[in-house]
Amino acid sequence: MMKKMKSVYLLAVLALMLVVSTACGNKNGDNKAASAGDKSSSSSESMVISGSSAMQPLVAASAEEFKKQNPKADIQVQAGGSGTGLSQVSQGAVKIGNSDVFAEEKEGIAADQLVDHKIAVVGMSAAVNPEVGLKDISKENLIKVFTGKVKNWKEIGGKDQKVALINRPDSSGTRATFVKYALDGNKPVEGAATEDSSNTVQKLIKETPGAIGYLAFSYFKENSGITPLSINGVAPKAENVIDGKFPIWAYEHSYTKGEPKGLEKEFLDYMMSDAIQGELIPSQGYIAVSKMKVERDAKGKITKK
Amino acid sequence: MDGNTVRASSRLLKSTNKTALHLERRGKMTVMVCAFLIISAALSITIFLTVKGLDAFLENGVSIVDFLSSTNWNPTDHKSPTYGALSFIFGSFLVTILAACLAAPLGIGCAIFMTEIAPSWGKKVLQPVIELLVGVPSVVYGFIGLSVLVPFLRSVVGGQGFSVLAGTLVLAVMILPTVASIAADGLNSLPGGLREGSFALGATRWQTIWRVVLPAAMPTLLTAIVLGMARAFGEALAVQMVIGNVRTLPEALTDPAATLTTIITLNMGHTTFGSTENNVLWSLALILLAMSFFFILFIRYLSSRRKFS
Repeated sequence: MMKKMKSVYLLAVLALMLVVSTACGNKNGDNKAASAGDKSSSSSESMVISGSSAMQPLVAASAEEFKKQNPKADIQVQAGGSGTGLSQVSQGAVKIGNSDVFAEEKEGIAADQLVDHKIAVVGMSAAVNPEVGLKDISKENLIKVFTGKVKNWKEIGGKDQKVALINRPDSSGTRATFVKYALDGNKPVEGAATEDSSNTVQKLIKETPGAIGYLAFSYFKENSGITPLSINGVAPKAENVIDGKFPIWAYEHSYTKGEPKGLEKEFLDYMMSDAIQGELIPSQGYIAVSKMKVERDAKGKITKK
Repeated sequence: MDGNTVRASSRLLKSTNKTALHLERRGKMTVMVCAFLIISAALSITIFLTVKGLDAFLENGVSIVDFLSSTNWNPTDHKSPTYGALSFIFGSFLVTILAACLAAPLGIGCAIFMTEIAPSWGKKVLQPVIELLVGVPSVVYGFIGLSVLVPFLRSVVGGQGFSVLAGTLVLAVMILPTVASIAADGLNSLPGGLREGSFALGATRWQTIWRVVLPAAMPTLLTAIVLGMARAFGEALAVQMVIGNVRTLPEALTDPAATLTTIITLNMGHTTFGSTENNVLWSLALILLAMSFFFILFIRYLSSRRKFS
């Protein structure tokens, strides 16, 4: 009987500890994830990378290439969103956190503790359903369309079709970039739909009459069924971004906590090597950061290199 | 030799006794651990969500009144962010209630057909069909909704297709099998004497169903509907694909809207842990949890009123 009571108490205490630990854990973020990350970091041959889902295919492909040359290295690339990546790297839960936006732009991140490694540049533009009949739009008209002042495409020279805006969620990095550099900070009105995944956005623009949305250049392929828009006569092409003529682009960042060392450094150096910057990055529709003739800081100030 | 056998047998006897006792205790311990694990998991999730969900109000100073009563949702505005979640709360309730209104008569009708009208082949054909529908993953419902239902609604009823109506229809199909199968179980478990008594009094089959069977099974039928509603309220993926996820209040059934779940899934990955943006998403999750508690309490209340089963 005594034994039974003891075991019941033990279980009760265990349960209580579990409860307390989860309750306290939330104060400084996700404790469990942090301790799991620490375990993997103790061995220099393995690391976890997390963050932006847009960057995940690029980083994962680079990690595959890297592993071919360093068979001992074990690199896991997860996609959880830029916010998750930045949070986890500042907690030390992962070694590298990928983000579509500058860490300074996100609330609740100690950006001064993180070191920014700009891996690639991604160009974006508005794209419309081919039926709309527009290929070029002035920035002024683009703002009018997204702020709901233009409700029918015929008002700005397109077909007689109602405008259907396809937005991104409020916290999305793609939206932040588009609002800042394409709409000059004007807030888009709510439209037909809000979707997170670029694939869904492309599908919606293709299938919805009068639809307009915004996508990265890599979705503007010949047979994508959507019409990318030139802005003020400047085509959404990599060379125009490189020259600084096309304004809507963002860096793809990899953040480390403090200066990178060991495997982190090796991998980041590899990401900046010609094999990745010269071949993999252009083939995935990104622009090599080394080619850029202009630079941008976290506040959006542009300088010539 | 002789001495050895005796010793062996006595040892055997003793050890059997011990093993039996041991087994008894070990079995008890095992199931007890299972029970405690479940309870502690449920408890810690509740506590975690409550603490996390209240952070936005206690630490970030978001007004709880605004949160529940304003439709102004703009958490990324750096100068004056606003956190009014009323549109999403309203959207969640709207699609849930509409879906239940569609699925309840259909599901209960199916159940009556299966148990009262054509028990033999109804069960043989309808039961597997309903079970199949339960097993279809929600992402499949969402994808069909996005590829078939949305363009269909766009061409037939107008608007952009992404609408409260599309969300309602997808959810109604999703919860229909849940409602039907629980309702059928309820009707089946009624004592046969009820029907026979009614027939003996000269009632027709329809009179029996309408006046005797349905009233007697009412608490179970309500449980079926509430369980369906609980599923609809918590569904994220399928709804997200067809409802449009727009933060304004819908004015018509053809307008797009958003629900609590879709806003959480769309924004969670982009926000950083501990930021106000992230904490208000936890507050939305807390509302979801509170609602599911309410649904469970309501079901428990209903089952306490059950007369036959």
